[in-house]
Amino acid sequence: MKVKATASPYLLWMALFIIIPLGLVAYFSVTDRLGNFSLENYRASLAYSPVIFNSIWLAIIATVICLILAYPLAYNFSRKSANHQRTLILLIMLPMWMNFLLRTYAWMTLLENNGLINRFFGLFGLGPFEMINTSGAVVLGMVYNYLPFMILPLYSVMTKIDHSLIEAAQDLGCNSIQVLKNVIIPLSMPGVTTGVTMVFVPAVSTFVISRMLGGGSNMLIGDLIEMQFLGNAYNPNLGSALSMVLMVIILICMALTNMFEGVEEKEGMLL
Amino acid sequence: MSKWLSRSYIGLVLTFLYAPIFVLILYSFNQSKSRGHWTGFSLRWYEKLFHNDAILNAFMTTLLVAVIASVIATVLGTAAAIGIHNMRKRSRTAIMNITYLPVINPEIVMGVSLMLLFVLMGIKFGLITLILAHITFNLPYVILSVMPKLRQMDHYLFEAAMDLGCTPLQAFMKVTLPEIMPGIVTGFLMAFTFSLDDFNISYFVSGDKFQTLPILIYSMTRKRVSPEINALSAIIFIVVLLVLILVNINDVRREKELRKKEDALR
Repeated sequence: MKVKATASPYLLWMALFIIIPLGLVAYFSVTDRLGNFSLENYRASLAYSPVIFNSIWLAIIATVICLILAYPLAYNFSRKSANHQRTLILLIMLPMWMNFLLRTYAWMTLLENNGLINRFFGLFGLGPFEMINTSGAVVLGMVYNYLPFMILPLYSVMTKIDHSLIEAAQDLGCNSIQVLKNVIIPLSMPGVTTGVTMVFVPAVSTFVISRMLGGGSNMLIGDLIEMQFLGNAYNPNLGSALSMVLMVIILICMALTNMFEGVEEKEGMLL
Repeated sequence: MSKWLSRSYIGLVLTFLYAPIFVLILYSFNQSKSRGHWTGFSLRWYEKLFHNDAILNAFMTTLLVAVIASVIATVLGTAAAIGIHNMRKRSRTAIMNITYLPVINPEIVMGVSLMLLFVLMGIKFGLITLILAHITFNLPYVILSVMPKLRQMDHYLFEAAMDLGCTPLQAFMKVTLPEIMPGIVTGFLMAFTFSLDDFNISYFVSGDKFQTLPILIYSMTRKRVSPEINALSAIIFIVVLLVLILVNINDVRREKELRKKEDALR
């Protein structure tokens, strides 16, 4: 039995609350305040390209760091006993229950010029180091907030990897690097692509982390958009155009990760 | 050696995740308002917290929105995942690509797009708009957690149950549902945490009357943070910790009982 109808409420919901609102953003982006067609908003967006590129760059760094940190961790978790796995995953999810504004605020406390870390260095006569209001602090905030979003999808895929596959590869003479390259990485690829999107998207579009940890000098594209809708610079048309630019960036990222997953699937089918 | 290495690596990551939270909790007991200086132990911020109506109201709003939105999203999303899984490849790929949209789509864009929609539809910003928005951004996460479980499931199991005389509903309840349950639970937990945590979308659709906790916290960090918020996060942390530990203990006990039963049958 192949039921498809259970998807219809969802399809309706999606049309009303995702497709139509996005249509509105597209419409606003190509009109002026009076509703006449105009490309002026996109021309105005071009002036902000340094901010846009800075956003992309910081988000890429944060995503890569998350992947490097999460991958061995998720694999480690997936090879532990069921009890251990449950406890460890709970430990990873627990901080997510704290609001990210509070977690980011906690880092402000730590990174400040007279914060805890600088006072610790001060004990040895070092510093104070300029840590807050730097792009490094923004990246740290991104990694800290979004690391669980990388660990969880990776873990959920890796825990399904049959350990006998790994043993079989070892029996067939693979060393641990070959096992990693030929068995674990291909089988965990869906987790990697999900994890990368789940970290990159909120990182590239954040406006809170940059405002709290970056000070005024590390503005991101999210800050620009927020200012157009709720700030003093009120201009939904320019804000919509900037949103379209942000979406194009994300769609390119999505196309790239889909391509990766597609390659792995094809290889899987050949085997 | 490698065991020691992996253990200390896990320890390091957990320290990274927890140290800032513990600092926050520690300073909730601080006597002075300062976030840098420790002047002595005190419970005054907890006392103040329980007399602060704005914070308590915001907390209730947050909880209400999160529960309603994540339950509806889990039911809708699981049904959707099953339906999508049963579709032919082309329509499945097309719908999954659109499902990725809200994930791919930055939260801030979703926030402003819903803001435009609600304004044009004439819906007043408040509880309803918050719940509608939260369901919308939760749905994809439920579907994305359930879909891999459906994909990894052996679909012959379902057919075998039918061959053995199950009705489709029985086969679904006895075979499919337990198989995909971990995905549903993950999806629900993610939806719930996303809802509790969400600031970026709520910020654009909440209006002034219904503040969720994150929105209230944000407005406080813009000026100065009241240590009451530290106290509140300490309480939330402890409650969540206790709930998760209890759930965990319960699961372990049930597993042990199951194993005992199996041994007795042998």
